[in-house]
Amino acid sequence: MTQKLNLDWGKVAQAREYARNVAQDTQDFINQHTTVATERAICRLLGIDGVDDVDVPLPNVVIDHLKRGGVLGNGAALMVGNAMVATSKSPQEIAEGIANDEIDLLKIPMNDINNINKAINEIAVISVSKILKNNRKRAEMLEKHGDKTEPYLYVIVATGNIYEDITQAVAAVKQGADIIAVIRTTGQSLLDYVPYGATTEGFGGTYATQENFRLMRAALDEAGEQVGRYIRLCNYASGLCMPEIAAMGALERLDVMLNDALYGILFRDINMKRTIVDQYFSRIINSFAGIIINTGEDNYLTTADAVEEAHTVLTSQFLNEQFALMAGLPEEQMGLGHAFEIAPDVKNGFLYELAQAQMAREIFPNAPLKYMPPTKFMTGDIFKGTVQNALFNTVSIMTGQKIHLLGMLTEAIHTPFMSDRAIAIDSARYIFNTMADLGDEVEFKQGGIMQSRAAEVLDKATDLLSKIEQKKLFATLEQGIFAGIKRGRDDGKGLDGVIIKSENYFNPFINLMKGGKTDE
Amino acid sequence: MNKHIKPYGDTLDDGKVQLSFTLPIANDDKGREAAKILAKKMGLTDPNVAHSGALDNNFTFYVVYGSVEHNIDYDNIVVQTVDSDVMDMGEIADYIRTNIGREIVIIGASTGTDAHTVGIDAIMNMKGFAGNYGLERYDMINAYNLGSQVTNEDFIKKAKELNADVLLVSQTVTQKDVHVANLTELVELLEAEEMRHKVILICGGPRISNELAKELGYDAGFGQGSFAQHVASFAVQEIVRRKTTPVKAG
Repeated sequence: MTQKLNLDWGKVAQAREYARNVAQDTQDFINQHTTVATERAICRLLGIDGVDDVDVPLPNVVIDHLKRGGVLGNGAALMVGNAMVATSKSPQEIAEGIANDEIDLLKIPMNDINNINKAINEIAVISVSKILKNNRKRAEMLEKHGDKTEPYLYVIVATGNIYEDITQAVAAVKQGADIIAVIRTTGQSLLDYVPYGATTEGFGGTYATQENFRLMRAALDEAGEQVGRYIRLCNYASGLCMPEIAAMGALERLDVMLNDALYGILFRDINMKRTIVDQYFSRIINSFAGIIINTGEDNYLTTADAVEEAHTVLTSQFLNEQFALMAGLPEEQMGLGHAFEIAPDVKNGFLYELAQAQMAREIFPNAPLKYMPPTKFMTGDIFKGTVQNALFNTVSIMTGQKIHLLGMLTEAIHTPFMSDRAIAIDSARYIFNTMADLGDEVEFKQGGIMQSRAAEVLDKATDLLSKIEQKKLFATLEQGIFAGIKRGRDDGKGLDGVIIKSENYFNPFINLMKGGKTDE
Repeated sequence: MNKHIKPYGDTLDDGKVQLSFTLPIANDDKGREAAKILAKKMGLTDPNVAHSGALDNNFTFYVVYGSVEHNIDYDNIVVQTVDSDVMDMGEIADYIRTNIGREIVIIGASTGTDAHTVGIDAIMNMKGFAGNYGLERYDMINAYNLGSQVTNEDFIKKAKELNADVLLVSQTVTQKDVHVANLTELVELLEAEEMRHKVILICGGPRISNELAKELGYDAGFGQGSFAQHVASFAVQEIVRRKTTPVKAG
């Protein structure tokens, strides 16, 4: 891609350096801690699934049992592994035993650590090979159908009923969608467990459950086969169950997952320690499963002014990039986010949007950038909304965005009608085709509005990152320097789920997944 | 049981529809209530005025959503469509050679006040429309496109002059049903000239249905999504049918 913005690359390197230091400093904290969600994810990867007689998911049964006993710092792997050695039962049987009050992990004397390791690894390798099998299946289907070079058309379904979602998703595939995202029901990000089974009732979205993942995956594979395209499935990990949902997504071959290092802290008031530790393991899993993460920078602009706060988007992109690298996630799986949210009445607003999108493209050249449509200034005037979406589509094709979340003309009115998606897909395909190479043909004026705008945003982002580096991440969040939202380091939801690791702690999946993505 | 259907928004049978209209009133709470009442009178439950925008002091534009109460007995719907086999360009030429044995003459025009040629051009021009060649490209058909705003009198004059077998009338943009009056006038004039039974008379346009065309005294009517092959297939088969079945006296 030709560079058009004449960016100060020394400054870009400087900003990256600051962000790396922030992530490195935070990583020291991460390495010393685990969380209930991380341990439940380990349980799921050890094959523990299902619910007890009062519908509590078995991973919660096991982890609550360990937490109550004050031994969660040892980690689920050690404690379940020890029971495996002692009883010769599978992790699932052990979990069921705990649910039935037949097994008490605290009462089993500690066995030889080598035997525990061996028992756990045998099981862990099975899960890991399941995920690798999924990766191969995806690669085969992409090989068979080919992948598109232009932006992926991403639409959401959100009926609350997984079966109705499937009807709508399949219709969207026939209309031309490439990525189907199933929006979660309101409030799921604040549940400290993942519901179980197929669900038919949700509000403004559908529960993320492993069975719902499986049903939608099968439907999209079938529809994709009919239209000769690989259809990507997206869900949302951010919240109190990041690593668990990542594990479920890996097991059911999701392709894209919302996973932001800061979103839960800022916008869901989840405790910062909890989210920071959770995002680490969830990203290791995403990375290993070939899942593209989508970060949530667009949210900064829905709450703050897109002209004034554009640099916070870039700042967050730098931070998300470095946190992702810490988890071993390659650039090709970093769907760094941004959004088309400048008020329609801002003079030259389109130029600012174009500059911002081009800047993200140039600074993160290998990232499949996630570009979000206008939402904040969408009204009930669906006709104007269509024009806003068309301008957004134009920026996307001109600047080579990759994950293009289609704007709905009825945004702000209701969850999309089937016809709303069709209109959005038609419009994007028209614009992407008629302007296919416009970006390559156009250069930006030296020192013009767009170059100056990008330089200003980069300057401000670098300054902000320098401040965050000095203060460290947690203090920055406490002082509300980031996105204007103040969060105490010991406030927010889920802090009691953060535990200091004991000396004996181990997580078998870190070694199995980190760094060994493609080889078995 | 018959299949009863309703509009589909995002759930089967939710009945969701979207409306937009302008009312000659000010943009205020009372106006929004008026829009809501209108929607209710149209058979919508739970109308939601999603947008109201002032067009002038006393004109306001509304976008309204609601659920329609009515449903349709889908299985009992009978549609009158043009009843002929659709052939492609080559097949039509062969059909004319075999069954008519001479070149046929088709003239077309956008008649009356209608200045739009998009419809008649789509059917007649060499290039055609959306990948469907027009009649000018057809072998065994001599096609004459007279353009727009052709009066019914001139149209008939030209038909006589060219000895036309088939007359195509296009009506694209019409207001206050002026197309109905115009189409009716052509039939009356043709009958006065004692020409009606000698020609195949076809009309077309976005607001034309076969049902309406028949009602007005035409042999067929073609609406949206019709191309040259549909029109020509009908015309040539109708010519042959008339040769074998005597036309009843008008």
